[in-house]
Amino acid sequence: MSEAATGAPGALGIASSKVLSMREAIARYVHDGDTVVIEGFTHLICFAAGHEIIRQKRRDLVLCRLTPDLIYDQLIAAACARKLVFSWAGNPGVGSLHAFRRAVERGRPPLEIEEYSHFGMVARFSAGAAHLPFWPLRDYQGTDIPVSNPLIKQVTCPFTGESLAAVPALNPDVTIVHAQRADAEGNAQIWGLLGVQKEAAFASKHVIVVVEELVSTSVVRADPNRTLIPGVIVDAVVVEPWGAHPSYAQGHYDRDNEFYVAWDDIARDPATLASYLDKYVMGVSDRSEYLTLHEGLTTRLAARDMFCAGVNYGY
Amino acid sequence: MTVVAARELRDGEIVFVGIGLPNLACNLARATHAPGLVLIYESGAIGAIPERLPVSIGDPSLVTGSLMVTGMADVFQLFLQGGRIEVGFLGGAQIDKYGNINTTVVGDYEKPKVRLPGSGGAAEIAIHARRTVIISRLSTRAFPESVDYITSPGNRSKGKSRKEWGMPGAGPVKVITDRGVLCASDVDGEMELAALYPGVALEDVTSRVGWALRARESLEMVAPPDAEELRLLREVLDPGKLYLKGS
Repeated sequence: MSEAATGAPGALGIASSKVLSMREAIARYVHDGDTVVIEGFTHLICFAAGHEIIRQKRRDLVLCRLTPDLIYDQLIAAACARKLVFSWAGNPGVGSLHAFRRAVERGRPPLEIEEYSHFGMVARFSAGAAHLPFWPLRDYQGTDIPVSNPLIKQVTCPFTGESLAAVPALNPDVTIVHAQRADAEGNAQIWGLLGVQKEAAFASKHVIVVVEELVSTSVVRADPNRTLIPGVIVDAVVVEPWGAHPSYAQGHYDRDNEFYVAWDDIARDPATLASYLDKYVMGVSDRSEYLTLHEGLTTRLAARDMFCAGVNYGY
Repeated sequence: MTVVAARELRDGEIVFVGIGLPNLACNLARATHAPGLVLIYESGAIGAIPERLPVSIGDPSLVTGSLMVTGMADVFQLFLQGGRIEVGFLGGAQIDKYGNINTTVVGDYEKPKVRLPGSGGAAEIAIHARRTVIISRLSTRAFPESVDYITSPGNRSKGKSRKEWGMPGAGPVKVITDRGVLCASDVDGEMELAALYPGVALEDVTSRVGWALRARESLEMVAPPDAEELRLLREVLDPGKLYLKGS
């Protein structure tokens, strides 16, 4: 059946296309002082968006993410951030985030922090997405986390009298989600690790979806269970193959573990870090130019095929 | 250390796997005595069977062939808070005599000497897993009498027991080190020396602990790794010495 024959409004994706360039999407939806989320737990972290934010010299951002990862280390080093809201600030499997550490230990540059555990951050996004003022969780007893973060409070269950922790809703100005594919309306399909992207997107005032591949709506409709973010909450769609590198996209490319290791040396010295940003972020105009600086990358990290069988949606 | 940790796991158990040595220990257990171990990673991979040693807990090899992949809200609400996790592995920069763990700061929180990564999922694993096992190399720096910051609560924190705090899990039952194994006292939850590795003297352990370590009356001797365990670790699970560096 052709797309037109399905009769779905916007099935051809022309009239309601939300497709923008990365430059346009960041210019339109990320402003100085905004609360910004680039989510993705190890998987699908949109470095291309972070780099464009650095290029457009955004300032005073409140950056939120469970795991700041290298992308927020770079944004902190580029002085884009006023504050970091997080739950685990390390380089996974490697060690420290050195720009983050310099900011917190020595105030270079100054950075306010607001710290939770993963469950606390997940709960904050869940409250934001469900339009509730807070989310209760059985957590933090006996720890110093609520001592250093007074926004973690106690509530008493009205039914059992149990004392529970409560964290406030997090409603970002904009959430940026990388996905394997979406149509022009932003119906985004993700497989592999899902992180907290659905909750973060639903909690957000604006949503930018960045994809490896733009597909027709019929591809989405053929497998609706795969859609994590519906187009109705999406403002912009950016087509940016390899936009998650050095993070990864299941079925497209592997994580660049070598770069995560290399970042330890790059970020340890502020001058080396600055020259990295000069060359690979400020020195290029977009992601395709960034890729030209990485010879052999697409061959080295290309995913091997492992297709699933598919399911029968008939009735 | 990795082999001793692997032996802690029983076949069929549901284990919340952290990165580093716990990851290696869980995969060793799965390759030896516990093929039915269900590995759950906080990234959302349930029943993972990684073909390669995952560098991070979000490695794509955890997804391929797993039983289920779900969002992190499900991992923390349905699996962990829902009481489905039997064992959790934890490590940290500082561990005190009650098994309280610090992975947040060395020094003062506002003006830290060393800023560490923070909790991640560790605080809630420590609270909810039915039991936890701590893995750490021994040193007086890593084992102070009290930690600078409690990220993950042990058997007694801020003057209260786990029961008084209303924590669902039993807390840390063991601390596996590179020289011996500490076990939690049934009486007051304090970690006591329960077993030594072959060739290790009592003083080798007590001199590396920052409090007056109690030793049990009869100390067990930890059996050394057998040839098959060593072969699996060195040739199959971690041939690149990603986690076995210096151990």
